[in-house]
Amino acid sequence: MTTRADLLLQIADDELVLGWRNSEWTGIAPFLEEDVAFSSIAQNEIGHARALYQLVADELGTTADELAFDRSPEEYRCSRLVELRLVPDWARTIARHYLYETADAKRLEELKASGDAEVAGLAEKIDREEAYHRMHAEMWFDRLKDEPRFREALEELRPLVDERGEHGPELAELWEEMTMVRRSVAGATW
Amino acid sequence: MTEQEFLEYMQSGGQVETGDWMPDDYRAKLIKFIEMHGNSELMGVLPEREWILRAPTLQRKLALTAKVQDEVGHAQLIYRVVEDLGKPREACLDDLVSGRAKFHNVFHYPTKTWGDVGVIAWLVDAAAIISQKALLKCSYAPYARIMKKICWEESFHILHGRDVVLTLMNGTDEQRELVQEALTRWWGPLMQFHGNPIPRDEDPMYVWRIKSQGNEEARQQFLDGYVPQIWELGLTVPDPKLRKRDDGVWEYTEPDWDELKHVVTGHGPKTEERLGLRQTTRAETEWVRRTVLAEAA
Amino acid sequence: MIYEVFRQERKGQAFQHAGSIGAPNLEFAEVYAREQYGRRQESTALWLVPRDAIDELDDFVDELGRTYHRVDGYSLKEKLKEARERAAKSAAHFPRS
Repeated sequence: MTTRADLLLQIADDELVLGWRNSEWTGIAPFLEEDVAFSSIAQNEIGHARALYQLVADELGTTADELAFDRSPEEYRCSRLVELRLVPDWARTIARHYLYETADAKRLEELKASGDAEVAGLAEKIDREEAYHRMHAEMWFDRLKDEPRFREALEELRPLVDERGEHGPELAELWEEMTMVRRSVAGATW
Repeated sequence: MTEQEFLEYMQSGGQVETGDWMPDDYRAKLIKFIEMHGNSELMGVLPEREWILRAPTLQRKLALTAKVQDEVGHAQLIYRVVEDLGKPREACLDDLVSGRAKFHNVFHYPTKTWGDVGVIAWLVDAAAIISQKALLKCSYAPYARIMKKICWEESFHILHGRDVVLTLMNGTDEQRELVQEALTRWWGPLMQFHGNPIPRDEDPMYVWRIKSQGNEEARQQFLDGYVPQIWELGLTVPDPKLRKRDDGVWEYTEPDWDELKHVVTGHGPKTEERLGLRQTTRAETEWVRRTVLAEAA
Repeated sequence: MIYEVFRQERKGQAFQHAGSIGAPNLEFAEVYAREQYGRRQESTALWLVPRDAIDELDDFVDELGRTYHRVDGYSLKEKLKEARERAAKSAAHFPRS
């Protein structure tokens, strides 16, 4: 696998797993309004993952869905931060959201400057949607910054942003669930 | 205006706005009806929510998430209308989680397989959109207005559901079996969905023109629109008596009205578990609402 | 706080009332309104107004029938009929060549 594919997969896996995790809030967020907002963010993340997987899939001769679903849990390159199951803890959810968006902004800046026109172009598109995520994350950061449980969550989760390699048990559990329908009938179209 | 004049005005197609005078009985009926609609949207999230994590492709994942998102958005719009009629959202939610308020029968049942996800999005939403389209002419104008947006969004849900079902039907025998099993499971609740066939002029919701059609009219419309679509896929509707008479009326086995009554009064197979989930998550996010609202005050 | 939300469907069009939104403050209201009324790209602009900023004009009464600046103040049908008949008669006396 090329370093390009390797890097893109890492970002795609982050977006996929975080999108999956954020979608767990659908229907049970603190406000109905927030439910709708957070669901859009989850959808955007999965949309980004799909576009990134597509770039890799074109290179490897596979499909975005196969990359998203048909690898074993150990093969995912996502960070520890995104794989944690945090419902129904809103303080830690927002802490993760804020930490991720901050780190992701930096990463997208680098991708936008990439010499690879395809990658830079996609990063531009993704960044336009991420701008809204950042606005949303900052809005919540401002609201919760004096809450002790939120400050603790930030301290607890910050070291996990760049922690990659070993996965916790949460990722395997998530993988079991996200692939169960797909695995139930081998080779089927869904 | 007397109550009688108001009633005549409603029955001749009149509409009222939030600030207009209205009889207490009309207001109470409106709140009851609209609140139950809001509760149903919100509880309707739960049967599908668990499958958001299990959607088998990225496209399905996105569509299902968007559909459930819409349902929450509808609950939000509908509770706003109830709030303007005098009952705050938090009071509605209190009544909902404590089991005092009602929601639609179909949301008390389990979602067993991915086949159920398709059948719910296609047929439960189809049944719901028939009721909702009949509310576009509701005598309470603010409710009629939001129904336009709701119906517009629901039409995507039916397409999503039909697409899931068609893909399964074009798949393997096992996949076709998923659809047939789900249809068999959901047929009873679907037939009960529009309520018992009381004559519309005895239905207070029709008398006040909160809704513009009777229960049986809605059920006939559902059967007429969807049974041919079900049959053409080679699926079997689990009702040997189901047929369309020469005069265009559908005959069917009498739905189990006792089951309907039992289920909507809080005794469905999933009622307790789902209300329990609402209760827990509401309690666990209570501090967020307190923090945000305290700061805003 | 309740905000009334107006949306513009396409550039150049008038804003129309879309509905209302409850939020702790304007910042939240803006985020939530764009989700509720814009997430399918159905709006190009949203305009949020605190509900109490809306004036009800119930007191704008027309006790003295000032219909001259409204279209319902002009009933032209009868006059037009008379004018047409008059024109037809005089045309009979003075046929156009």
